[in-house]
Amino acid sequence: MDERIKVDQVSFTYEEGADPALTSIDMKVQPGEFVAVLGHNGSGKSTLAKLLNALYIPTEGAVIVCGLDTRDESRVWDIRQQAGMIFQNPDNQIVATVVKEDVAFGLENLGVPTEDMPARIESALAAVRMNEFADSAPHMLSGGQKQRVAIAGILAMEPSVIIADEATAMLDPSGRKEVLDTVRRLNRQKGITVVWITHFMEEAAQADRVVVVNQGRIARMGSPREVFQHIDEMRDLHLDVPHMTALAAELRKGGMPIPQDVLTVEEMAQEVCKLLCPSD
Amino acid sequence: MPIRLNNVTHTYSEGSAFQATAIRGVNLTIEDGEFIAVIGHTGSGKSTLVQHLNGLLKPTDGQILIDGEDLNGEKTDRRRIRQKVGLVFQYPEYQLFEETVAKDIAFGPKNLGLSDEEIDQRVRRAMAHVHLDYDKYAERSPFELSGGQMRRVAIAGVLAMEPKVLILDEPTAGLDPKGRDRILSMVRDLHAQGGVTVIMVSHSMDDVARLATRLIVMSKGEVVATGTPREIFRQVEMMEKIHLGVPEAAKLCAVLREKGIDLPDDLYTPDQLREALLAKWKEVSPC
Repeated sequence: MDERIKVDQVSFTYEEGADPALTSIDMKVQPGEFVAVLGHNGSGKSTLAKLLNALYIPTEGAVIVCGLDTRDESRVWDIRQQAGMIFQNPDNQIVATVVKEDVAFGLENLGVPTEDMPARIESALAAVRMNEFADSAPHMLSGGQKQRVAIAGILAMEPSVIIADEATAMLDPSGRKEVLDTVRRLNRQKGITVVWITHFMEEAAQADRVVVVNQGRIARMGSPREVFQHIDEMRDLHLDVPHMTALAAELRKGGMPIPQDVLTVEEMAQEVCKLLCPSD
Repeated sequence: MPIRLNNVTHTYSEGSAFQATAIRGVNLTIEDGEFIAVIGHTGSGKSTLVQHLNGLLKPTDGQILIDGEDLNGEKTDRRRIRQKVGLVFQYPEYQLFEETVAKDIAFGPKNLGLSDEEIDQRVRRAMAHVHLDYDKYAERSPFELSGGQMRRVAIAGVLAMEPKVLILDEPTAGLDPKGRDRILSMVRDLHAQGGVTVIMVSHSMDDVARLATRLIVMSKGEVVATGTPREIFRQVEMMEKIHLGVPEAAKLCAVLREKGIDLPDDLYTPDQLREALLAKWKEVSPC
């Protein structure tokens, strides 16, 4: 099957004469994949996100989303319907005064017949578990709930890709978890392809694949287990590795045979237990 | 200059349809030289609380004493107190406005009516604190800098007032890991070497575990617990009940204890866990 997103030798320069924000990027995302994009502030990862749904058009090369070339102006709305984007600030994405009307906003733009709207809105809000808030005022919601409404607005358009540009950066730990869990569930249950840009290594550890961007180029690409083994390199790139991966390295230095590719508390507990748990 | 809160309550839009009590009956004493972390989820009242500490918000009930003086008393010189209690807002870089980094940092001290020489000295010292090279950045436009650098300029603007108490409201939000580390190590140095009392609002349990001497835990507008990181993070159930959780290391410690490994219940940093686990390993390791 064809890839959902194909980034083919893409370079992007904001102004003529300026340094390119991205240089010769090649990247493919398969249908149903959950790809995390990491990179320090200014590495070019947000620029990459905006190229994926035709907010920016490549200076060189091509971005193909669901078979549609973002350079083809006549297909811009089809591309944005296929690849919905969530941004960092929950307060900048809500346009209506009632949750369900906010979800309807995108549908109106798509020209969906009015009689079809309620069903689509209801199922989108149900998918993010916000249906009981359909008639609420968005400003009364928490940050995590607002982001879920923003996701519902995208879902109502029946996209095949969700692009999240640091969608959890302004949320507290429980808000971060509820938004990431929501998107992961949509990925698993509905097969929606996800491009998840983040500064949180623990979030990237949950992805199928991690892409590391540095100075406008792809510095590394692979499964979280592969990528996070390169602790020194990740720190040189102003990034980090999950806490448990770092602890694994420390324990290994101390002579304890813990595998280096541990990512989570559960995995670490299992490995430690193999060595230290009382046998009964 | 210790800070004391006596039964402080703040209700927004009192008497209107939008009336909402953001903090209720808060009693606290913050001593000189503490590094306090205020934790709690969104809407728990953290930002409302810290905005009271320099008189930006007035309690609708209760009293705040700074160095024994009622912050909101009729004769109190609030301007003078604001110089001593510096507040760095969330996303403070949005408030930069001057043509150059040096001018932006000098804005506060200028309003104090200091001599040009003293202002220049303060700008230099503040830039050194936030690790921005004076010769390289003083004359640059703040808007040409990276997000993390802009934030450091904004913090330098507060430091140039040379406060005794520094309050930071989620100073690392939106930064990459390196940017987060830079800000946090700078705050740690100000506390350890500069003798500044630090009050930091944070969402990262792992950061506060490493840095704070005392935690203030807020939930639904009330202070529900206060204590050292050690005392707070051993209460895994309570912290999960109020949706805060504990640092990953504390979580690991709790899981390993459940599995029957004999560890103390009050380990909460990766370093503590590394030491405890390596010690255990030495006991059982064949060679």
